[in-house]
Amino acid sequence: MNLLGHRLSVSAVVGLSITAINIAAVALAPWIAPYGQAELVGDVWAAPSAQSWLGLDNLGRDILSRLLFGGRTSVTLALLITVLSFVIGIFLGFAAATTRRWVDIALSRMVDTLMAIPSLIMALVVLSVLGTSLPVLVGTIAVLEATRVFRVSRSVAMNIVVLDYVEAARLRGEGLWWVMRREVLPNALPPLIAEFGLRFCFSLLFVASLSFLGLGVQPPEADWGSMVHDNATAINFGGIAPLLPAAAIALLTIGVNLVVDWLLSIHGRAHGEGT
Amino acid sequence: MSDEILRIAGLRIVATTENGEVKTLVEGIDLSLHRGEVLGLIGESGAGKSTIGLAALAYTRPACAIAGGRILFAGEDVRAMDRAGRRKLRGRRIAYVAQSAAASFNPAKSLTQQVCEMPLRHRLMNRAAAKRQAIELFRELDLPSPETFGKRYPHQVSGGQLQRAMVAMAMSCHPDILILDEPTTALDVTTQIEVLAAIRELIRVRRTAALYISHDLAVVAQVAQRIMVLRHGRMVELGAARQILHEPQEDYTSRLVAVRAGTPVPPHEAAASRGEAVLELNGVSGAYGAVRVVKDVTIAVHRGETVALVGESGSGKSTVARLICGLRPPVTGTIRFRGAVLPAQLSARSREQLRRIQMIYQMPDMALNPRQRVAEILGRPVSFYFGLSPDRTRRRVEELLHLIDLPANFLTRRPGELSGGQKQRICIARALAAEPDLIICDEVTSALDPLVADEILGLLGRLKRETGIGYLFITHDLGTVRRIADRVAVMLQGAVVAEGPIATVFAPPYHPYTEALVSSVPEMRVDWLDDTLRRWNERGKAERL
Repeated sequence: MNLLGHRLSVSAVVGLSITAINIAAVALAPWIAPYGQAELVGDVWAAPSAQSWLGLDNLGRDILSRLLFGGRTSVTLALLITVLSFVIGIFLGFAAATTRRWVDIALSRMVDTLMAIPSLIMALVVLSVLGTSLPVLVGTIAVLEATRVFRVSRSVAMNIVVLDYVEAARLRGEGLWWVMRREVLPNALPPLIAEFGLRFCFSLLFVASLSFLGLGVQPPEADWGSMVHDNATAINFGGIAPLLPAAAIALLTIGVNLVVDWLLSIHGRAHGEGT
Repeated sequence: MSDEILRIAGLRIVATTENGEVKTLVEGIDLSLHRGEVLGLIGESGAGKSTIGLAALAYTRPACAIAGGRILFAGEDVRAMDRAGRRKLRGRRIAYVAQSAAASFNPAKSLTQQVCEMPLRHRLMNRAAAKRQAIELFRELDLPSPETFGKRYPHQVSGGQLQRAMVAMAMSCHPDILILDEPTTALDVTTQIEVLAAIRELIRVRRTAALYISHDLAVVAQVAQRIMVLRHGRMVELGAARQILHEPQEDYTSRLVAVRAGTPVPPHEAAASRGEAVLELNGVSGAYGAVRVVKDVTIAVHRGETVALVGESGSGKSTVARLICGLRPPVTGTIRFRGAVLPAQLSARSREQLRRIQMIYQMPDMALNPRQRVAEILGRPVSFYFGLSPDRTRRRVEELLHLIDLPANFLTRRPGELSGGQKQRICIARALAAEPDLIICDEVTSALDPLVADEILGLLGRLKRETGIGYLFITHDLGTVRRIADRVAVMLQGAVVAEGPIATVFAPPYHPYTEALVSSVPEMRVDWLDDTLRRWNERGKAERL
């Protein structure tokens, strides 16, 4: 099989299908979910049945429906956070590589400081001080993730700005914005796309961890992390309820990682001219 | 014949590309090499020279494979050997000397350690004997203080010395065959001559057979008895060195010879007719940190004039270009452009000032953004400097393509879809798009094959006549200088030691360094190296007396 003119490996096909099915299910949640996400349909922790394929949760809500709606929240949040962190990280990373040395030093040391604090602790502190709301949640994680993106984009850009075509653009009198957008960005794209997939997985896990700790998405809104939290006690008497959202997180993470591996393998290979 | 050491017959080497296509790199090559004989392999890049050289070791680069033919080493079929058999052959019976010594040595080990490695690995001698031999080889290769030379690390010796140390490494197992792959190409001319003389003497004394791979016909002719001319993986011509040089049979060979010999230069007009001064450097010095790399340089480029800046690597000629462009502010001195002083900093220069000075680089691969199409590469300076509408920009870009003899359908191509020469043409067009008064050409032909380089020089010459642009032509190649320059400035260790019209600088009485430079350029005759070395020897004696 081929995609974008490149051969697909078995793992790439698996990864792409997992990701595609996940995204489709999550996007279509309101239409394909059998029940509403807050709807009480039966006994607490009822076993799977013909009416509710995956059983019911700690309040008697349908787990399948909540997984679909919860995925909607989790994936959307993770995507939003990743996009935001890339916008911040790439802009600052390229600026650090392209402009004067002191800008680079100032930005890099700031990022080092942020990275020195464990991000989960940092996020907990910020969320408890500013209160839990979606904008604060997204903003906080995006800034923390942006430090990683900054490092990657800075080092990629460092290798590009020394090339003659960037010098040619500078000698022409081009401004910083043009150099970053037209000369550096297109050539930095392949490693950054791969990084995007990885950062998406980390954001997904991050949101899930915060929700699990009760500081992320607030009830009654479903979310994979809080679903694990809500149903955690079921594990004591052999219920599968907390394992299902956890499995959903794991599956999507694996799927995206397989796609990323494939993307990396394409760009790792030299193509075009032979030497 | 009994002393035949290597025979290759019907060699065919193929490469498998990423999407499964099989390309033939080398086809139908027959050659034989006798003890004590040096065979030169010559051709442009992609001719298969190195591929054939490596095949003698039954080795191919990744994704390549020997698909047919026989390789006999001393009568034994190398292709039929198992891994252990080949391992015994490589290094010990057939040794390889690569182009870049700096990339081939381990920077963390001393030279002696690395020169002794092969005899020790092959269990040919003990450590003490290997060391003695290394010292002996250093002495034969004319390296300074051979007893202690090997204690140094690769970064502590010069490029020419390192290249000779690599020859010592290759010779450490007394191989029967030496494969020399462009061993002097990365060196300056004055260094090249020393290395060339040392290599030739060593293989003559030891009666080692050698394959000498190079793109420079004049260099090969000094070392090889026979020369094989290759093109696109096939043999064009095989003959005695003298015959190839003076009576080439094939059209391709004669073109190579003609380009290398250089066409006779039409007499340049006298210096009196110089036009208006475009660029004037007055006592300009530049430094990296505390190190002065450009000292008190005074040169001028006038309208419609080509001024060559010549020097060996490290002479500071590229730094001069950076000073002029404003990439590095000068420490002292002034740079005037059309009479007005140019601000030292790039950021302080106006767009108009930037437009009038353009630059063309050595490596067209790196000078073009691989993600932009030709239309954008050329269109951007047009719209940036002149603010033309998209429609008129496009027409101007088509005009530019026409000017550099490329068809208009190149507009949609990316640099990856162009050949080296075409890329350099695009770089020239990009410079022309700004309608400059001065173009700085930094070694613009040194990464190109000779025939392609010749076309590029022709194009630059034509554009100068048509537009009256001035060129500052930075190069280490004196052949290029003679071909296109009106005036020349010779740089040595950051300072200009000689300056003036070509006819004056390159004719007696020479500045001593200019003479060394001029006499080091290999000439197209087989006894050039002997003559030059003899002249240098006599001079040396005369000076000592």
